[in-house]
Amino acid sequence: MMIIQKNHIRGLASAGKRMDGRKEDDFREIKIETGVIENAEGSAKVSVGKTEIIAGVKMNIGEPFPDRPDEGILMTGAEFSPLASFEFETGPPSEDAIELARVVDRGIRESHMIDNKKLCIAEGEKVWMVFVDIHILNHDGNLLDCAALAAAAALGHAKFPKYDGEKIEFGEKTDKGLPITCKPIAVTLTKVGEKLLTDATFEEEGASDVKLTVTTKDDGNICAIQKSGSGPLAFSEIEKAFEISVRKGKELRKLLE
Amino acid sequence: MAREDGRKADDLRPLVVKAGVIPNANGSAYVSLGKTTAVAAVYGPRPMHPKHMQVSDRAYLKTVYNMVPFSTKERVRPGPSRRSKEICKVTRQALEPAIFLDKFPKTRIDVYIDIIQANAGTRTAGINAASVALADAGIPMRGLIASVAAGKIGDEYTLDLAGKEEEATDCDLPIAYMPEEEKITLMQLDGDISPEDTKNVVKLAIEGCKKIYAAQRKALEDRWVPEVKK
Amino acid sequence: MNEENKTEEKKPETAEKPQDNAQAKGLLKKEREFVIPGDKIVDTMDYLPGRNCFRKGDSVFATKIGLVGVNGRVVSVIPLNESYIPKAGDMVIGEVVDIQNNGWVVDIKSADTAYLPLSGIREFIDVSKTDLSNYYDIGDAIYAKISLATDNSTQLTMDDSRARKFKDGRILTINPAKVPRIIGKKGSMISIIKSQTGCRISVGQNGLIWIEGGDEELAIKAIGMVEKNSYLEGLTEKVSELLGYKPGEQPAEQAERSKEENVDG
Repeated sequence: MMIIQKNHIRGLASAGKRMDGRKEDDFREIKIETGVIENAEGSAKVSVGKTEIIAGVKMNIGEPFPDRPDEGILMTGAEFSPLASFEFETGPPSEDAIELARVVDRGIRESHMIDNKKLCIAEGEKVWMVFVDIHILNHDGNLLDCAALAAAAALGHAKFPKYDGEKIEFGEKTDKGLPITCKPIAVTLTKVGEKLLTDATFEEEGASDVKLTVTTKDDGNICAIQKSGSGPLAFSEIEKAFEISVRKGKELRKLLE
Repeated sequence: MAREDGRKADDLRPLVVKAGVIPNANGSAYVSLGKTTAVAAVYGPRPMHPKHMQVSDRAYLKTVYNMVPFSTKERVRPGPSRRSKEICKVTRQALEPAIFLDKFPKTRIDVYIDIIQANAGTRTAGINAASVALADAGIPMRGLIASVAAGKIGDEYTLDLAGKEEEATDCDLPIAYMPEEEKITLMQLDGDISPEDTKNVVKLAIEGCKKIYAAQRKALEDRWVPEVKK
Repeated sequence: MNEENKTEEKKPETAEKPQDNAQAKGLLKKEREFVIPGDKIVDTMDYLPGRNCFRKGDSVFATKIGLVGVNGRVVSVIPLNESYIPKAGDMVIGEVVDIQNNGWVVDIKSADTAYLPLSGIREFIDVSKTDLSNYYDIGDAIYAKISLATDNSTQLTMDDSRARKFKDGRILTINPAKVPRIIGKKGSMISIIKSQTGCRISVGQNGLIWIEGGDEELAIKAIGMVEKNSYLEGLTEKVSELLGYKPGEQPAEQAERSKEENVDG
């Protein structure tokens, strides 16, 4: 990225301004559409500005992990399709894609968004496995918040497939939803110059060397944190990030209702 | 004979084509045919790396066909399979005759196709989207490519097979076609059917391609004409 | 294999008059009509295929989405979307991405990176004594002229009064097909934007635009309006209105600025 462009973005930030006229802690326009993929048990297409992501939920039956015989299994994956950005290449998931999937996964897992015990069919033998797949359609920054929102929306909307105790009738959904207990929301603060920007664009991310993602629950508790990027953060910045994440998390959670 | 979804034998499924759906790409398109949905994006011409992969007198056309894990009733594992690799190849060769690749020697043009939802006819939906995306990107072309499959169920030649029809048909025959040049650029068949019947199935598929072509043209008009007209 | 004709749009204007057009037969499309690749524009030999057209048999077809242009006996397609293809003489904006022994590698957002050799610098540089990054460093944005554009290489030169390194300001990216509209006839559109916003603006033919000083936000709005509505009738009036410019009024500083930065390259 051109140095003058980085300097320009940093200069704006220090004056409390942004390229697209937003305030420091403003999100771009968010659109959430659920049930976009009929073949999936749950799905959501979420756009944040020009960033667009589809999350799909598929379910199946499998054996539980030996150390948790009475709990269902949740798995989250992400693909950075080369369709979504000139930066993405074909091939196995990149470090960034794996990091994104794992941070979204931690938010869902640690918040106990899904009551895993209720996914148990026969202890030690059969449990429901829930796969959340995140697919990026267009990358204009802040993939993580958008992906977490899409995953939460898709899970919230998902319905169990028909199951007769023997096999699953894929494509035939029941009206029973997943046992959802709360809605974790990820909010990422991107440090540009000396400022922490909410919902950074692709260009703003290019002018930054560190960001902090804080995932919060409905009760305001934190369930996942990820510092990403090679720059350092001061304690005072972390404090500020917590305050913004809790506040913005409440706003975003309303969009899922 | 009535079809599962009430269509006539020579009807397509409900068809939606949109151009310019991925802001980052040089060109892009969305195609849905019934419950099958494909999105295609074109990047390039751009520098070809590694250099030894460069073709000295034309652009290298790279096509990637990818099924998204939640696109099918049973989740598919991400990553390439033998099936998807073959589809990448036939897709590339279905598109190549339409593109003036010699305009951009030593570069690469990337065509990425994601199948967002699969219910029969994903390769043809992908080709339809890719062709619109290439035109949308301003890549010089001889014409668009339209693509659809046909078959024969009972005594009836049947267009655009869907769902259980894929099992009931004597053959599944996808083609890609250049309506302006009246040439076929992709042809595959699996089944058990006489050469005479096969010819008729091809003819029906060509008629289907003409209908798809009309929707492709409309999508490009809808995308670009508002910038032209008052 | 390739029938596409490279005849340029600009033909000598002397020989061909409108009444001459009336005699030529076979034009199937109206001027400025929207076409897609493969559309037949002409079905006789009375017309020649120009930019973005090819001949097959007696007919001329479009190769791109765009608008039909007719200039005398030459038909062409004015593209609506395009990747940048380097052309000698073009002014472009690029980013220095690598420094080699004898010059700089510059990303100009086209199908190949461009090379700025030491011979493209006006002063003599002794490479045994000087670090080339003192001139242009990785990440620097430069305004340079294309001195050579072949299938094998694209070379740049700074030997032009407009060429320079940008020290501040911001870069905007637009569809390269819309660059001629941003510049306008003889630079008219860009002059209005510059004079009404007080911005310094340099337009690269490769779709990158440099803006500095003045009312940047207004300038970006105006450029966005031109890019989105390139072929709208009355576009100049709409842009003028947005910028609060009254036609007929001599734009302040216009003459001076257009001398200083002739962007109509």
